[in-house]
Amino acid sequence: MTDHAVIASTEARTLRSYAYDPKFRGIFYQVLTLLIVLVVGWWIFDNTTENLARSGTASGYGFLRGRAGFDIGQSLIAYTSDSTYGRAIVVGFLNTMLVAILGIFTATVVGFIIGLGRLSRNWLIAKLCTLYVEIFRNIPVLLIIFFWYKGVLDSLPQVRDSIALPFNIFLNNRGLAFPNPIWGEGAWLIPVAFLVGVVATIVVARWARQRQAATGKQFHTIWTGTGLIIGLPILAFLIMGAPLTFDSPIAGRFNMTGGARILPEFVALYVALSLYTASFIAEVIRAGIRGVAKGQSEAAFALGLQPSHTTRLVVVPQAMRIIIPPLTSQYLNLTKNSSLGVAIGFPELFSTTSTTLNQTGQAVEAISIMLTVYLAISIATSIFMNWFNAKMALVER
Amino acid sequence: MNTQNLSYVRSDMLNAQPAPISTRTVSGWVRTNLLATPKDTVLTLLAVVLLIWALPGILDWLFFNAVWSGSDRSACTTVAQGGIQPEGWKGACWAFVGDRFQQFMFGRYPLDERWRPMLVAALFVVLLVPLLVPKLPRKGLTALLFFVVFPVVAFFLLHGGVLGLEEVETPLWGGLMVTLILSFVGIAVSLPVGILLALGRRSKMPVIRMLCVGFIEIIRGVPLISVLFMANVMLPLFLPTGWTIDNFLRALVGVAIFASAYMAEVIRGGLQAIPKGQTEGSESLGLSYWQTMRLVILPQAIKLVIPGIVNTFIGLFKDTSLVSIIGMFDLLGIVRLNFTDTTWITPVTPITGLIFAGFIFWLFCFGMSRYSAFMERHLDTSHKR
Repeated sequence: MTDHAVIASTEARTLRSYAYDPKFRGIFYQVLTLLIVLVVGWWIFDNTTENLARSGTASGYGFLRGRAGFDIGQSLIAYTSDSTYGRAIVVGFLNTMLVAILGIFTATVVGFIIGLGRLSRNWLIAKLCTLYVEIFRNIPVLLIIFFWYKGVLDSLPQVRDSIALPFNIFLNNRGLAFPNPIWGEGAWLIPVAFLVGVVATIVVARWARQRQAATGKQFHTIWTGTGLIIGLPILAFLIMGAPLTFDSPIAGRFNMTGGARILPEFVALYVALSLYTASFIAEVIRAGIRGVAKGQSEAAFALGLQPSHTTRLVVVPQAMRIIIPPLTSQYLNLTKNSSLGVAIGFPELFSTTSTTLNQTGQAVEAISIMLTVYLAISIATSIFMNWFNAKMALVER
Repeated sequence: MNTQNLSYVRSDMLNAQPAPISTRTVSGWVRTNLLATPKDTVLTLLAVVLLIWALPGILDWLFFNAVWSGSDRSACTTVAQGGIQPEGWKGACWAFVGDRFQQFMFGRYPLDERWRPMLVAALFVVLLVPLLVPKLPRKGLTALLFFVVFPVVAFFLLHGGVLGLEEVETPLWGGLMVTLILSFVGIAVSLPVGILLALGRRSKMPVIRMLCVGFIEIIRGVPLISVLFMANVMLPLFLPTGWTIDNFLRALVGVAIFASAYMAEVIRGGLQAIPKGQTEGSESLGLSYWQTMRLVILPQAIKLVIPGIVNTFIGLFKDTSLVSIIGMFDLLGIVRLNFTDTTWITPVTPITGLIFAGFIFWLFCFGMSRYSAFMERHLDTSHKR
């Protein structure tokens, strides 16, 4: 009788103890979550297919080969309205990359200057830089884009009263028109020379570092490198007999003919993104430099390093460790914010994709392409910056 | 040892000396802060030249040449453009802002019903102030009122349709009101959802972790405008045929999803900074997972990341302006709508409107960042260096 009771109670405890077993509970919760996600996902999928079938939209990516039929004002590759939707999206992607890369470069330079300016002992400079940061950080970037777009467009003259700048460059409300370089025969040697210059510089830098490690002798890698990278292409240019002519723009009554043109939309987007992101980068730089303990530079001075060497060899490498992670996210923000070009009609990725969507009605496909491209850009940037960060990170021995 | 006659110890104190000239006179201040080195002098001169070059023009445009009163475009256009201003006149058209101020605040909300958004705004301020001032007691109750009761009351007040209130459809909502509603909902939703996502991302259960990581990284990897666009275009597709979903609600969903992903990363930063001993300690006391999180980990983690949370709020507040691209009339959207209004179409209207909208955005964001700095000092319980 007592034996029975003992057995029964242990059986009951083992059953109940499952509910309190963390492992079992973990599996139960995960299966439950997965189930809910799958059910909701299936429900959404089912609804979507039904809705699409009802509206008679064909699914699949075949539409990318169809004729786009819309014009794009600025394109890095050949594009006409007879090109395909796929090509239109590629044009948008390239324009996004153009704005992003130029913007990142400018924002970093401006941000660096403003960030250092805020740390300056000069009261006026520090206050002006603070003013800049506080203004741009607290206003939506979309508003800044509109501000430049309206400001730039409104203050620029019509085509017939274009502002003529040197070298046949014209500025008017249709944008900035400048001579289009046309490369003649033998121009291929110039990029080759440039690449040779880059490779040679890397080799020289490596040799100089090894020699300095071995003998302590310094070598002016910067000047040699600059000479190689700039000098070799110029040499190639001269050897091939200057194979370059220009197609200059001519100002007509209503429009410019010939030459190349930068859209005012591009300028507005590029300037707004650069100035906006620069205010964030300035804060990142400032935090990074202030994050380096004062003792570091004092110790460097005590060792007899010059101020410039102290900055370059002691402060900046340590500040970079603090700066790089937030800087990466600022770069990504700038790239993602370039999608706001759609608001002023700049043909970037988002804009060309949504035009495609509106014309074909292929909502799911168009949005999936756009999301994938943006995700790919984000992931590629993160991977590169993580690699760079790991290279700069403190090696603890 | 003779301690009586230490002749080298001073018996009377020296008189206090005046501070060095460099720290007490204006010229000393100028010399140390503006002209310390030749480089500084050059920089100061450049800055002064820049100010002299730019400041008078800006001030003229903003204030001295600006038009402050008027009822239509003639007040802000030159004679050649059909107005009353002299040729070559350039200045801000504040008359336009004054004329359209109500619209900038409430959008196309019916004139007779505008006491409703104003009442909601008053309620908002009355509830927000006790929440923001650290000294005032009963934070829990106020927070409950603010985040649970207030949204319900506000919704019924604004939307109407009950208790004899006239129904006001969301397409009529607009202006600063929409901007504030979008950011409030974004904030109120993103905090709890962000906390759950952050906890999920640090969970030991692989399925839950993967789902949270996937959600956070996908949303953070794409621009907000594409999330809004997706909410706008895809949400109706996802729902069964026949279900309609309000445009305003779509924007709300987009903003909330986006803000939650960013909030999750901020909270995760705080969670990671809490030493493992805290979890182990509370587990050894017999607290369950949720008790550990609620009573021990989260209070410390959230306190650590308050600046980050406020920065996310500021970002969210600014980002709500993007709904103007998907055809809604928030503050920026309504200002842009007025650019094409024939009553006020002048060359200076767009810039004036944008500067006004920018100033409003700036006021809110700057206020939030100042408050964040204040809270950071207030909550800093560590030893001061």
